[in-house]
Amino acid sequence: MEDAEAERKRRQRKRSVAIAWILAALVVLFFVVTIVRLGGNVAVRPI
Amino acid sequence: MSDATIQAIPAQHDVALGGDIADYAALLKPRVMFLVVFTALVGLVAAPGTMHPVLAIAALACIAVGAGASGALNMWYDADIDARMARTASRPVPQGAVSPDGALAFGTVLAIGSVLCLGLMANWVAASLLAATIGFYVVVYTMWLKRSTPQNIVIGGAAGAVPPMIGWAAATGTVSLESFVMFLIIFIWTPPHFWALALIRAKDYERAGVPMLPVTHGLDETRRQILIYSLILAPLGMVPAVMGFGGMLYTVVTSILGAFFVVFAVDCYRTREGEEAERAAKHLFAYSILYLFVLFAALLVEQGFGFDNGALPFNWAL
Repeated sequence: MEDAEAERKRRQRKRSVAIAWILAALVVLFFVVTIVRLGGNVAVRPI
Repeated sequence: MSDATIQAIPAQHDVALGGDIADYAALLKPRVMFLVVFTALVGLVAAPGTMHPVLAIAALACIAVGAGASGALNMWYDADIDARMARTASRPVPQGAVSPDGALAFGTVLAIGSVLCLGLMANWVAASLLAATIGFYVVVYTMWLKRSTPQNIVIGGAAGAVPPMIGWAAATGTVSLESFVMFLIIFIWTPPHFWALALIRAKDYERAGVPMLPVTHGLDETRRQILIYSLILAPLGMVPAVMGFGGMLYTVVTSILGAFFVVFAVDCYRTREGEEAERAAKHLFAYSILYLFVLFAALLVEQGFGFDNGALPFNWAL
């Protein structure tokens, strides 16, 4: 019974870590895609 | 066949444990995903104009996830059938590694996420095509046609044929005759491909109660239909060359591949008894995968590396 609980927790943790990685990858992807879609002129703007 | 004769293959896992990462990856049908991404890439590369590589990769990732979502939703709905077939009994849901509700939630989140991301990162024409494809595969093919008609994979095959059109639309924002021709090639390729497998797995499909053509109309009629579709496919493969978006390499490749497809189909049609018949069907099934891969690879090489017109499909400039 304890083994099953430990295994359940192990799997839950692995799934949580995987979701965290996917979310982080999405953040990076959205950032890069935004830069690409805005184009190079985004850096040349009045401050 | 009565339900009493249908025996589900027992599950090996305890659902309460929850699935492992590998189980969720298996829900995405990675091998199907690979072919979808590959054909979508060809559609994207063959499209006129250039695309930033980051946007191209993002679009392909969305298409891949959308295809995976279709697979997960298919496995959610078809768990009862999958449990009765040797080929599919080891899938995560019939094995109990992932609960049906878990597969449904996983597939739904990925489907919605992939369509929204494709719309935001590429355009809404491509996103609409992806949404329609997922909906068609899950609702029309999985829920309706698969269990009700031997034409299931003929009509349902349309879902697997759309990816080049989505790739094209991601690059251009439109659909075109060229992308529709790529759709048609995969659409006509699908029946002989799946029926060759169904010839080998006819007893499996019968046990599961799936009305595949060999189950409803017999093995000989299936072989005849395979031959008819192969005779349509071979000349259809020439159309990109006739239209001009397949060059010299493509013309040579499609001529040879198409001729061999007919040769394998004729062999399958004529060899009807014993192990020889099963071997002929296996050869056709294996060759059909090679056929589609090499045919689209020829287009990819010509269009992707500028062999055809000297223009490259990607541009890093911001």
